[in-house]
Amino acid sequence: MSTAVARRTSLPGFGLTMGLTLTWLSVIILIPLAGLFLKTLELSPGQFWEILTSRRTLNALKISFGLSFAAACVNLVMGTIIVWALVRYRFPGRRLFDAIVDIPFALPTAVAGVALTQLFAQKGWLGAPLAELGIKVAFTPIGIFLAMVFIGIPFVVRTVQPVLIDLDPEIEEAAASLGANRWHTVFRVILPSLIPALLTGFALAFARAVGEYGSVIFIAGNLPNVSEIAPLLIVIRLSEFRYADATAIAVVMLLAAFVIIFAVNRLQRWAQTRIPAH
Amino acid sequence: MTIEVKNIVKKFGAFAALDNVDLKVGKGELLALLGPSGSGKTTLLRIIAGLDWPDAGEVRIDGEDALGHGASERHVGFVFQHYALFRHMTVFENVAFGLRVQPRAVRKDEATIRARVKELLDLVQLDWLANRYPSQLSGGQRQRIALARALAIEPRILLLDEPFGALDAKVRKELRQWLRSLHSEIHVTSIFVTHDQEEALEVANQVVVMDKGRIEQIGTPGDVYDNPATAFVHGFIGESIVLPVEVAGGSVRLGDRPLNIAADGAASGASKLFVRRHDMQIGPAGTGSLEGAVRHVRSFGPIQRAEVALSGGEGKMVIEIDAPRDRELQAGEIISLQPRRYRIFAAQD
Amino acid sequence: MSTQTSFVTPATPLRTYASTADLAISSPSARRASDRARAVAVSKDLRSEPGPIRFIIIALAISFLTIFVVLPLVVVFASAFSKGISAYFAALAEPEALSAIRLTLLVAAISVGLNLLFGVIAAWAIAKFDFRGKTFLITLIDLPFSVSPVISGLVFVLLFGAQGYWGTWLQAHNIHILFALPGIALATIFVTFPFVARSLIPLMQEQGTQEEEAAISLGASGLQTFFRVTLPNIKWGLLYGVLLCNARAMGEFGAVSVVSGHIRGETNTMPLLVEILYNEYQFVASFAIASLLAMLALITLVVKTVLEQRLDEGQMPRDESK
Repeated sequence: MSTAVARRTSLPGFGLTMGLTLTWLSVIILIPLAGLFLKTLELSPGQFWEILTSRRTLNALKISFGLSFAAACVNLVMGTIIVWALVRYRFPGRRLFDAIVDIPFALPTAVAGVALTQLFAQKGWLGAPLAELGIKVAFTPIGIFLAMVFIGIPFVVRTVQPVLIDLDPEIEEAAASLGANRWHTVFRVILPSLIPALLTGFALAFARAVGEYGSVIFIAGNLPNVSEIAPLLIVIRLSEFRYADATAIAVVMLLAAFVIIFAVNRLQRWAQTRIPAH
Repeated sequence: MTIEVKNIVKKFGAFAALDNVDLKVGKGELLALLGPSGSGKTTLLRIIAGLDWPDAGEVRIDGEDALGHGASERHVGFVFQHYALFRHMTVFENVAFGLRVQPRAVRKDEATIRARVKELLDLVQLDWLANRYPSQLSGGQRQRIALARALAIEPRILLLDEPFGALDAKVRKELRQWLRSLHSEIHVTSIFVTHDQEEALEVANQVVVMDKGRIEQIGTPGDVYDNPATAFVHGFIGESIVLPVEVAGGSVRLGDRPLNIAADGAASGASKLFVRRHDMQIGPAGTGSLEGAVRHVRSFGPIQRAEVALSGGEGKMVIEIDAPRDRELQAGEIISLQPRRYRIFAAQD
Repeated sequence: MSTQTSFVTPATPLRTYASTADLAISSPSARRASDRARAVAVSKDLRSEPGPIRFIIIALAISFLTIFVVLPLVVVFASAFSKGISAYFAALAEPEALSAIRLTLLVAAISVGLNLLFGVIAAWAIAKFDFRGKTFLITLIDLPFSVSPVISGLVFVLLFGAQGYWGTWLQAHNIHILFALPGIALATIFVTFPFVARSLIPLMQEQGTQEEEAAISLGASGLQTFFRVTLPNIKWGLLYGVLLCNARAMGEFGAVSVVSGHIRGETNTMPLLVEILYNEYQFVASFAIASLLAMLALITLVVKTVLEQRLDEGQMPRDESK
């Protein structure tokens, strides 16, 4: 009897809810994702390699990863500036701008896509003055880059904001009392303690940009080898019924996403050991 | 109602939270489970309540096997350490909860439920708080509401987990007396868990001292204080002076100094001598087993507490003794000490 | 304090929209408290920068947000109304538009409903019990956040498409999943999978199991405990998850685009219709639909802010009782 009761828990429903959770998870997430990986197994390593190294695929991956990296860098810098302004200063409309940061999260990507295109098109509000300066944004890689900056900004802001808010004011006072000027305090004391959060925000923004589809394709121009992102190439291959090609690109992108998840997890673990939870 | 616990074993990984625990609780008792944190007392309480399950053993409530039933079927009143009041319900609804969730067939009608809740709130003297929410109550009030809620289901037994742990010292004292008088009024078999020896000795009529998942001693408060069964109990309950001594053939030595006390059947070898602070007889130098220089004296109330550096023995040993005020001690004075009452236990490590 | 600990949990994998969800769930109280602290601190010069630098930082932040975030939103409404109000409403009254709105609402109802149910179930299993592999399970639940929307659609094409694993069988039995409502719903459920569970798990973990144990010891059954004790305590968090889930379900583009087949008047959701109309240079019509989605986003943000305050207040008595 005693062994039979050993596993009981105080609250009811564990077996039932866990069973339903695993079933639902398998049906919606695990089986479909497993299908994706199984599909690539139908390809020989040679074929797989050939697809990935074809000029168009390679360029699409280069464009996606390269521009995402650049956009995440901009987000890192601008995100830090925005967080600093929102957390440390008071100015009219601060709360409104704080809320505005979430718009790229909340706005459906297709809406963001058409809006950014309209804004930066040759006759658009911002496109026209830029065209005067000889800068063409819409339907060029610059457009892709700007769309990625748009969707990435909340990641850095929302990751760093709580950490900056919780930063113990005493460390700044300690630095000042030890004779550090403001410049030293900010760059040697405050920013270093934000590093895990900054890197996490950077990684999240980067991952989102790599996978982004809706907000990018309208402004991208979608010229093969020039302004064609990897997710779009997947869609094109699918519409051509070249499932294998689509799958191969998808697997590479998925693996990249897993690497980023892993990196973010490590970053957060690192942050936890660095700054003990109070 | 009686409670019987037999050979309970509970492991968390490799750590044995309960190591073969046996316990019988008689009808109408108010029993304290006393021990340091990690001694297994809360785990034992939760197992009796049906909130945890043992890896082996038996729990019988009123002779009936309890492990076959979940907490909801055991009719056990449980008062949680942090009260676990339902924060979205008023005090009234909190107390009424147990009556409202009864199966339709046995559920009382609304008027009966209201009357019963009113009665319980009167019992804990908080009827004027019926429409407040838990967040609007003080700690002591929450504690009493939690108790009223547990009593609402007319529990066969009442279990309280560190009932005064989260309260400040003054409220704690008041509630102790209140709990004791409440118990003598309703007389339901009760167990409470505490790490505070004073609390256990003052409130309970039976005390179970636990350490490292084992029961060290079961007895009345007087018993466990005056006749500690083990070195742990002696050290844990009341303040003791502990001296490392050597027992050889019925005589006791501290270092090279023979002590003029009987070994009381203690086995030969390295041992520990336990003496209560107030059980040291003070005399002029040269009249007792131990001798030392008074280093520091503080007086408060009826006693004076002196720090005495013992001479003889290895290294410097400093002990604290309590002496009555009728013999004034002076710093620097050399005095002799003779244990009046003492216990000798084999040194364990 | 709560912010940081909840954010920097080792278990948190790639966080996307819901990451902000649970960030926000835990942060308001911390934020408010430090707002006060900050008001004091900023008045001392010690923790601030010289005036000109402050001005430059604020100016940079405001201009960046205005150009990149506010302007696109303004463009949506400006373009939608560029030919007047009547043209706007005429565009929305088009049968194609109405059918897209209907489909979007239907898909959102299905996917939010199912994810609500299973999200609550998953949160109960994960937050109220201890078991091995919990962090791994949470990682799996979070997975859709880190998968590109296009891939979220692609996986269902591989299963149900004409050349997919079960395509031939489905065709033989005349069952339509791809390029039909079931496919669109599946893809939407996939991308919105984590929202409800992820907004409940931290909340329920923080609340612990004591109230539930108390209810059980008072004789309540499992369902009574859930509906009378747990649900009232998590209702705002639940609403929060549903809100974000719904916003994403209605706005999803990439995944749905891959599985929809773009059959006019049949399998186009609102975001898909925005694309089609835009590519056909029907800008007013396209932005009219887009404006509805933008309003949905704005309403979502407002309600979210209100809910965050509720959640904040809900935490107060809990903090006191400790």
